[in-house]
Amino acid sequence: MSRRLWHPAVILLLIPLLYPIVWLAFASFKSGSEIVQSLALLPEEWILDNYRALGDDLAGVPAWTFFVNSTIVAASCAIANVASCSLAAYAFARLRFRLRTPLFAFTLATIMLPVHIVTIPQYSLFQKLGMVDTFWPLILPKLLATDAFFIFLMVQFMRTIPRELDEAARLDGCGSIRIFSSVVLPLVRPALVTTAIFTFIWTWNDFFTQLIYLSSPENLTLPLALRLFIDTTDYNAFGPMLALSALAIVPILLFFAAFQRLLVEGFATSGLKG
Amino acid sequence: MTTVLERPRTRVKTRSKPVRRYGERPSIAYLFLSPWVVGAVFLTAGPMVWLLYLSFTDYDLFTAPRWVGLDNYVRMLTVDPHFWNAVWATTKFVVISVPAQLIAALGVAMLINRRSRAQGFYRSAFYAPSLLGASVSVALVWRVIFHDWIGHPDRALLALVLLAVWQFGAPMVIFLAGLQQIPQEYYDAAAVDGAGPWRTFLRITVPMLSPVIFFNLVLDTIRAFQVFTGAYVVSNGTGGPSDSTLFYTLYLYEKGFVEFKMGYASAMSWFLLLVIALITALLFRTAKGWVFYSGDES
Repeated sequence: MSRRLWHPAVILLLIPLLYPIVWLAFASFKSGSEIVQSLALLPEEWILDNYRALGDDLAGVPAWTFFVNSTIVAASCAIANVASCSLAAYAFARLRFRLRTPLFAFTLATIMLPVHIVTIPQYSLFQKLGMVDTFWPLILPKLLATDAFFIFLMVQFMRTIPRELDEAARLDGCGSIRIFSSVVLPLVRPALVTTAIFTFIWTWNDFFTQLIYLSSPENLTLPLALRLFIDTTDYNAFGPMLALSALAIVPILLFFAAFQRLLVEGFATSGLKG
Repeated sequence: MTTVLERPRTRVKTRSKPVRRYGERPSIAYLFLSPWVVGAVFLTAGPMVWLLYLSFTDYDLFTAPRWVGLDNYVRMLTVDPHFWNAVWATTKFVVISVPAQLIAALGVAMLINRRSRAQGFYRSAFYAPSLLGASVSVALVWRVIFHDWIGHPDRALLALVLLAVWQFGAPMVIFLAGLQQIPQEYYDAAAVDGAGPWRTFLRITVPMLSPVIFFNLVLDTIRAFQVFTGAYVVSNGTGGPSDSTLFYTLYLYEKGFVEFKMGYASAMSWFLLLVIALITALLFRTAKGWVFYSGDES
């Protein structure tokens, strides 16, 4: 394909691909009846009522509560995942201990383990601990390094650091903890940031786990708040539903705009170097 | 923490013993690993064993599990028609969406794989739906856009397949990285030999890319079996019309967390695990025939 045809061809493909997102942005300014009746991109009449309606309570709590809850959960999970996975990854990538091979094999195997498999016993455990309808069942698994994908990602990065750096630090009198915090962590910062952003976005989007554990209106996260609209047949609710949907993806788009290179490359390298 | 920090210093001071090559006592490793160990025991391995036990019981979460032997499995496999509907809907979804997504991913990866400053932008733009597609927001958009399809069993499933295929960016990024590993000389040689684009694709691109194709195939298949959010949102959590979007995980959720038949749902979980393990094993077996690793990796 000639260079002159290449750009138009790619852009022609991108238009239908990005159409749903652009549609969402515009539709959030349409009236409820217009949303269902026409698939036109631009609103006939621009209205702000949908966003204004979000000022009212939803399920008895103000709509901003859902944003606060989602932010607390996603940010805590991101921090917890970076902390716990980097500790485990350092042990697997740089330290020698007898059970290293079998334990790492177990970690790799759990990457393939569907979340639904452990959901029932975990739910039962968290219920016994009195943690159902709190954020703990969402955060605790991240704090305990159960997200094997990110351990794997960090191990891949840590393996690229020359051993000589460790040895030099050791001769200077550093122990493993010091080497971890002052040598290894700064050098794998791209992996840590990738983990934090991915965890944030995936937790922000996650529906299944939050659906299972959270129920009180004041604990609902954004996906659960959007669920309140699902069974609506009321045209007037379609506008606010799309306004909240549009607002809910704004943080993802912002993270993506800021870190897209890191995210795309993080995904490619973690997939390939296996 | 500080006491551990001090220890190596004192050792280095003595100088008589050489510093051990890979650090200190192995117990340091287990210190780093301690959160992981707690998680693995209480949130991964332990639950799997307990799940197996629960699958032989009648359990409603509030009273103690009651042993019923193979009852759940027998009911699941021989009596419950919804179970087989769920298996069938999921199978159709996996069989259609995974190849479609991989073909789209490879096609676009090949299209944008050329030296250009725009490549980075295109790569990110095609990747964006992979991050957004899992959200309830986009599922709701799908519900409105495909409003006319949702009432019809075949088309409702197709709308969900489209939602999955739309997120081809993640495997595409991996394909693109794989394509960039193929030495340009191979293509130059093929051009000299007069090979056409199709022949070049089959004789160079596919074999050289086969480990990446295999990797994406395995991961996407496992991922497709777990599809949930889109089906829940598009069907109001019912899996309708007439069970056409009652995916396995949706039915599992309904049994376990709506009807509180946790024993039955546990049996379903084990069945899902077995099926995924079996399919992964089968994929690995066929891989011997078509996945080629270049010399440096063997």
